[in-house]
Amino acid sequence: MGEPLLIRAAALEKRYGSRSVFRPLSFELPGRGTLVVTGPNGSGKTTLLRMLVGLAAPTRGTLEVALDRGRVGYVGHEPILYRELTALENLDLFGRLYRVPERRERIGMLLERFGLWDVRGDRVGTYSRGMTQRLALCRALLHDPELLVLDEPHSALDEDGAALLDAELASLAESHALVVATHEPARVESLATQRLALERT
Amino acid sequence: MSTYLGDVAALAHKDLKLELRARDTLPAMLLFVLSTLVVFHFALPADAGEDAAYGLLWVALVFTALLGLARAWVAEREAGALDGLVLAPSDRSAIWLGKSLATLAFLVAAELVALPAFVVFFEPLDAAALAGVVLASVGICTVGSLVSAMAAAARGREVLLPLLFLPLAIPLVVGGVGASISEEPGTYLAFLGLYDAVFAILSWAAFEYVVTE
Repeated sequence: MGEPLLIRAAALEKRYGSRSVFRPLSFELPGRGTLVVTGPNGSGKTTLLRMLVGLAAPTRGTLEVALDRGRVGYVGHEPILYRELTALENLDLFGRLYRVPERRERIGMLLERFGLWDVRGDRVGTYSRGMTQRLALCRALLHDPELLVLDEPHSALDEDGAALLDAELASLAESHALVVATHEPARVESLATQRLALERT
Repeated sequence: MSTYLGDVAALAHKDLKLELRARDTLPAMLLFVLSTLVVFHFALPADAGEDAAYGLLWVALVFTALLGLARAWVAEREAGALDGLVLAPSDRSAIWLGKSLATLAFLVAAELVALPAFVVFFEPLDAAALAGVVLASVGICTVGSLVSAMAAAARGREVLLPLLFLPLAIPLVVGGVGASISEEPGTYLAFLGLYDAVFAILSWAAFEYVVTE
């Protein structure tokens, strides 16, 4: 018997008014595996990812995600952080809302791992884009999600940050399901178990 | 229940902390309400009577609240933070309740300055008028936090918020002015209490649908 399905999409469509974001999509993702989503700007990658995490509803078709939303981690185009709060305050707030057990230890471990421990007390608004992206990854991993949905995760990261993320993704891919939308498919090629190439409609 | 209330407290505390650091909502509300009362003081004819003065107090309070509501979701909109709150496994209505409480705190702080100023410039306020202010403030913040979340997601949010909020605030102005000038303010206070209860339940139930596409 194979791995149970985590995501099942059938004839999935999203429309804004009369404009269809992408052609009807069908795919499945098991509990362990990496779906790499590629396509040019405007092809609907972000919309698809927002639908997968429950931030947008399909217009037609079916989308089943066999997880509570608290078991999903999401890194979007925006960092999903408060700029006037420090890294610690942001992670503490989200850790509380995501019911993270022993959250102070978990927060400390993630900040260390992503090289942000020394700036944990600084406001996020003072961070560079790369540091903000690292903190966004910490926030997405805080509750140890079973499904991690990443929209252009390498954007704004310097080479060290990107290498750190590559290592993190390789480790996560062994036990988690990943959906990664990227303009740099070569970076996640070794992890890909499935590929979805979107086109502009 | 304690987890829910803990989430609400954490979210409201976050808003108060953000305001303490950025100071971009409360100072604007305080300056606006004070300057409005000063302008009304000079604009109102000396023989206009106390009823007109109470009416102007409510105009000042509603537009001061509108100023606060316009900024209520700015921090969530700036870096997509609302997505993180919406995706959390906590009850989504806690986001609305936390925001309503924080907005209420700002409005009460503005009223603590505005009401003494009103007494100095215009008329004394009795207990019924103060009770009206308290009940109307609760209504303003419960319904205002919902409609400001709706407006925050839209393109023309600066225009949309007053269009959505002001019609819903009319019953609060009627109740507040009635409680201030009526011989029998009990009816108006009961009306304000009923408004608060009905719109708190509606906003609590509707918020989930406002924050998802």
